Amino acid sequence: MRFIDEFRQPALAGALAERIKRWSGPPVSLMEVCGTHTVAIFRHGLRGLLPPQVRLLSGPGCPVCVTPNGEIDKAIALASNPGVILATFGDMMKVPGSYSSLAEAKARGSIIRVVYSAMEAVEIAQENPGKAVVFFGVGFETTAPTTAASILEAKRLGLKNFFFLSAHKLVPPALRALLEAGEVRIDGLICPGHVSTIIGSRPYEFIPRDYAIPCVISGFEPVDILQAIAMLLDMRVEGKAEVAIQYRRAVRPQGNPQALDTMAGAFQVGDAEWRGLGPIPQSGLQLRDGMEAFAAERHLEMKMRPPREAAACRCGEVLRGLINPPECSIFGTGCTPEHPVGPCMVSTEGTCAAWFLYRPGG
Amino acid sequence: MCLAVPAKVVSIDGEKAVVELGGLTRQARTMLVPNVKVGDYVLLHAGFAIQTLDEAAAQETLELLARMAEAGAGEA
Repeated sequence: MRFIDEFRQPALAGALAERIKRWSGPPVSLMEVCGTHTVAIFRHGLRGLLPPQVRLLSGPGCPVCVTPNGEIDKAIALASNPGVILATFGDMMKVPGSYSSLAEAKARGSIIRVVYSAMEAVEIAQENPGKAVVFFGVGFETTAPTTAASILEAKRLGLKNFFFLSAHKLVPPALRALLEAGEVRIDGLICPGHVSTIIGSRPYEFIPRDYAIPCVISGFEPVDILQAIAMLLDMRVEGKAEVAIQYRRAVRPQGNPQALDTMAGAFQVGDAEWRGLGPIPQSGLQLRDGMEAFAAERHLEMKMRPPREAAACRCGEVLRGLINPPECSIFGTGCTPEHPVGPCMVSTEGTCAAWFLYRPGG
Repeated sequence: MCLAVPAKVVSIDGEKAVVELGGLTRQARTMLVPNVKVGDYVLLHAGFAIQTLDEAAAQETLELLARMAEAGAGEA
């Protein structure tokens, strides 16, 4: 396929891997922020191509994984109202909340529909005028403009039975929180390619400036990721820290202005709670002032018990890059993709799921 | 969750387009890429085209890498 096969050419990947193997500097830890990168790195066996002194760490870039139990509990509480249809992305269904998952709530009788696009939730609302349709939106800046466009479409259509519950989050504030905590040494960041198609390269500029850490925005094919690693190593050699774009075919410094405008038309930035990272100021998206008519939490009943966490689960430490999944006592035994305890094992892009699926002999 | 795939725009009708990827056709909303044209490649995510792909930039990246691979082979 165009724009994919060219970036899988073994000759190019091999040449990049050779160049990375010649790294003679001190050991470096590079963090891939995005869960889609984590999966690509495992699927293509890229860790095996790196010399031992170049280490990859997985970061907090899986939106499902960073959704705290309380937000899943809210979606379940909304779905338990008679007359409500809850629509969400399939990735959310098996994530355990405090007391159950959405899949379990559906089995108990709640009406929950898996959609591929937020626009499908708008269509469900049009087709079901007697029901209240709640779209439970999750995702980073890649996905948020599609939710925003759908809410604005519902407004344009004058729908009175379409509501929204937000678990949308923003990547740069989470990176600041991670770096500010200083718990893990990071010598370079592989920044998320598709988030950056929307936000561009500028929102990362504080990272080289305030923390002297080089950043490369990378595509998702093997050649892309290896080139991004080589670019980060080059910057270390030259003693430079800046934000560079490897994924030039899709990312412009200014991002996608139309998508940013669409987001601003429906959302405003507010504080948000992240699993593993806790509350982070100005790191989430909520409905903007004037859009309250779509706020599910305001218009529908939500009976909640206080949220709680699974005791043995160490997802939080995995998300902060502090431990690798096998260091968790329940990894692969009490917690597997079939019977996940934590969200990092549920999402196909979760770090624990990637380690489990691609483990030696797995 | 941030998976987005390249797809070729086959036809456009208002804010909807038909796109082709790997021999399959899909519908895509185009309100986030208002200047998109038939024949462009876009990134498809959650039913929306979220960005157009820049062919010239892709070509430059590949040429740079090909030169690097040749130089590397010369060194070895």
